[in-house]
Amino acid sequence: MVRISGPGAGSALTTLCGTLPKSRRATFRTLRGRCGDVLDEGLVLWLPGPATATGEHLAELHLHGGCAVVAAVLAELEGLDGLRPALAGEFTRRGFENGRIDLAQAEGLADLLTAETDSQRRSALALTGGALGKLVETWQLRILQISAGVEAALDLSDEADVDERLDDRVHEGLFALVSEISDRLDSPPAERLKDGVMVVLAGPPNAGKSRLINALAERDVAIVASEAGTTRDRIEVPVAIEGVPLVLTDTAGLRVPAPGSIEAIGIGLAEEAIGRADIVLWLGDHTEAPKNALVVSAKCDLGIVGPGLAVSAVTGQGLAALKQEILVRARALLPRTGDVALNRRHRAILATVLRELNEAGVTQDLLIVAEHLRAARNELDRLTGRAGVENMLDALFGTFCIGK
Amino acid sequence: MREFDTIIIGGGHAGCEAAAASARMGARTALVSFDRETVGAMSCNPAIGGLGKGHLVREVDAFDGILAKAADAAAIHYRMLNASKGAAVRGPRVQADRKLFKAAIHVMLAAHSNLEIIEGGADSLNFSSDCANVTGLMLSDGRELRARAIVLATGTFLNGRMFCGEARTTGGRVGEAAAQSLGDQLRERGLPIGRLKTGTPPRLDGRTINWGALETQPSDDETWTFSPLTAQRVNPQLACAITRTNQASHDIIRASLDRSPLFSGDIAGQGPRYCPSIEDKVHRFGDRDGHQIFLEPEGLEDPLVYPNGVSTSLPEDVQLAMLRAVKGLEAVEIAQLGYAVEYDHIDPRALRPTLEIAAIGGLFCAGQINGTTGYEEASAQGLVAGLNAAAKAQGKPEIILDRASSYIGVMIDDLVLQGITEPYRMLTARAEYRLRLRADNASTRLTPLAMQIGCVGASRAAWFADRDAQRDALITALQARDPKAGTLYDRIRVDALTADDVAGWNGFAHYPRSVVEEIVEDARYAPYLARQDSEIRAMRANDRIGLASLDYRSIAGLSHEMVERLDAARPATLGAAERVRGITPAALAAILVQAKRCAT
Repeated sequence: MVRISGPGAGSALTTLCGTLPKSRRATFRTLRGRCGDVLDEGLVLWLPGPATATGEHLAELHLHGGCAVVAAVLAELEGLDGLRPALAGEFTRRGFENGRIDLAQAEGLADLLTAETDSQRRSALALTGGALGKLVETWQLRILQISAGVEAALDLSDEADVDERLDDRVHEGLFALVSEISDRLDSPPAERLKDGVMVVLAGPPNAGKSRLINALAERDVAIVASEAGTTRDRIEVPVAIEGVPLVLTDTAGLRVPAPGSIEAIGIGLAEEAIGRADIVLWLGDHTEAPKNALVVSAKCDLGIVGPGLAVSAVTGQGLAALKQEILVRARALLPRTGDVALNRRHRAILATVLRELNEAGVTQDLLIVAEHLRAARNELDRLTGRAGVENMLDALFGTFCIGK
Repeated sequence: MREFDTIIIGGGHAGCEAAAASARMGARTALVSFDRETVGAMSCNPAIGGLGKGHLVREVDAFDGILAKAADAAAIHYRMLNASKGAAVRGPRVQADRKLFKAAIHVMLAAHSNLEIIEGGADSLNFSSDCANVTGLMLSDGRELRARAIVLATGTFLNGRMFCGEARTTGGRVGEAAAQSLGDQLRERGLPIGRLKTGTPPRLDGRTINWGALETQPSDDETWTFSPLTAQRVNPQLACAITRTNQASHDIIRASLDRSPLFSGDIAGQGPRYCPSIEDKVHRFGDRDGHQIFLEPEGLEDPLVYPNGVSTSLPEDVQLAMLRAVKGLEAVEIAQLGYAVEYDHIDPRALRPTLEIAAIGGLFCAGQINGTTGYEEASAQGLVAGLNAAAKAQGKPEIILDRASSYIGVMIDDLVLQGITEPYRMLTARAEYRLRLRADNASTRLTPLAMQIGCVGASRAAWFADRDAQRDALITALQARDPKAGTLYDRIRVDALTADDVAGWNGFAHYPRSVVEEIVEDARYAPYLARQDSEIRAMRANDRIGLASLDYRSIAGLSHEMVERLDAARPATLGAAERVRGITPAALAAILVQAKRCAT
């Protein structure tokens, strides 16, 4: 599908299909280039702004054809005045700037737009629907309650019935929150859903890594040769196996190369890839395998069978078992379907909240406790919008009988 | 017809402070009051200061205001609240003798030759022909006063109604008439008006209290005063006493709830959550077996006692029965019944940060009329309104205090942006930069600004110059290297040193105690103050982005609630918009985008 957003969307659509179709109605049209040549036939949609995802006029072309047709349509559009290819995330940003969506939704939507597999789509919807917002709200409420206790001790201890010895309840509340938020931070990040689980194939040269990656990807992505050291670059292949997004990474074989050679650079990249990998498939001597690697004996068709999973990319023997093993590991690394997955920004904010709460928990100076709680509230406000002092006072006056 | 620069209507705390501030600015000032004798009266409890409130008193004093000096002149009991906690939440408070307080206020007002007290009822305001500006005031006897700026400090006198059991009277305080006509005029001008209620406890005859049976709270042993210009405490000190309500008094109250105008639905206005009536407390917190009552003497030669904690509008017989069930009050006599008062206030979101009504040039509002409660809140607004009224009349620049500068700034920002849902009272929790806004550094924070705008008298200017020099000298001395912590200044924090420790160092004994205490507190919280610095820079940057007159309805994506709040608050800057309750970062981004669009 091709989307056109902005003030020129209507005229672009008119150029392609002759007249503007009825708004908000899927219409079958023939798309023609400026020279009258037929580009494709398909459904088009005309959505006038501002009630659209971007807040601007929006046109959608549901094309039939393959890459060539899409390329031709795009070329035609780029030839029109005032049209250019969108930047990554630009549709979401415009929607955000035009007030169509808020920040948390914008992130959920951005994930949705890039989601390609089923499980990705479901988690993105949970975020947009506000599951994250609800979770943050409950944390916010509890921090407000704790703050209210501290503020009552600070501000109103002379006004009768406030207990000055709150420390126990304050610290218990803080401790419970800290452990809950850390648990959430330890859960799999949202990026893995979007970017895929990184599976790195590594091992000594000529161990059959490239042949195996081709077998797993079910297409030829790596050059295969009997000559050791054929793969010098790192090759990354996004695939989805049973709906689980993976990035298979083929690496240069690990051996001691001539210094400064292209292969040496490739080996450096390989080591870096192993370091960042979620799952390492180790094709080589199991005694040299990186920690937690899945050891694969990749040339069992040649009768070379060592410890580890016996697989042959040539005969297909053991491939299904290997896939299952990869999936078991990958699923454990992905957010569960329908669970709230946190992205990098959420994690950064929650990490700060956690730090503030921890620091609040170790001091006896109520002023400092209050200051850290304030900082924690400010951070959470960045996720959900400003709550302000009034909410805390609501909690305070709702809980304590205060006043002369 | 008489001609002035400024007219202040109302002689309560807001009015007196406004009049004095205007006079210090050199403006020809008229203070209009029903009755000269009520100018400077303390209408509610005898306490001045407290947590958050003590900060306000010191800040007003830093502008050479009159409240702190009058409080010192009248103080018969001093107490530093939260003395065991950090200085940021310590609250100086005194109990003041009513007569002495009023006398002190009159002396200070009389010291200004350019300030005249005019007795008379304020009947109506005069406006310019285009109605855009206020031009003067008609008194009820037909006299006309002219001025370029007027401060309304009429307290609860706008359409006030008093409730005592089943009895109703019109008026603000007992025995005084309400300014009905002014209120009607403001309604006609379309100003948003709300209604609030507040209550007072009955006043007791102290000679009928059994003091010997009660726990007493003596004045503290320290030597601090409210104003640094007060050399020492002057009056004999009295003790307060503490007692509690009990099950028997609660039963009496419960049995008569239907006779309280608060519960019968006669009072529509919203009362404060932090100062509930005793019937409210018993009703809402029924599980409690007692509520504290502070017995505060009202004066050295006055037998009246203010029982803080039992504000009520129950009928006479219930008030007496409920009190006599309390320990120490078994034979108490009531000198004046407790009552509730319901009154109009202006929605403060109609005001600018100078406290001028946005829609009417030259008309300022201060005190309870803006929906606040408390002497200290009133005085602080009186100061800002008085300074700005004078500045307006004299063609000088506006004086605006922001949230990082003072509790005054916090209060005014809260009022003009968020509005109120109950009588607004200062709390230290409202100040996000609490750690730097302390009662003990108000002069350091504000007196330089006060001197710059020209509202500081010679004696305070001299005192401040001397103190500032001592402060600078101490800071310089603390920059000396320390083998353990880098500098002596840092060592104060690292070793958690006190002012006593520092004063005991060789060569540090001659610094004034208050200066040492202030710097030690700065040093102890230095990392937190530094962290707040960046927050404040960000706030002030956003406060520099003006939002002239945006149509919030045209910004897609803002909820109705947000549009309503923004429309009512009309934030002057992006920073102010950010502080409007419920505004999300996304909404702020949309507002910024819209503002930029409008600017191009």
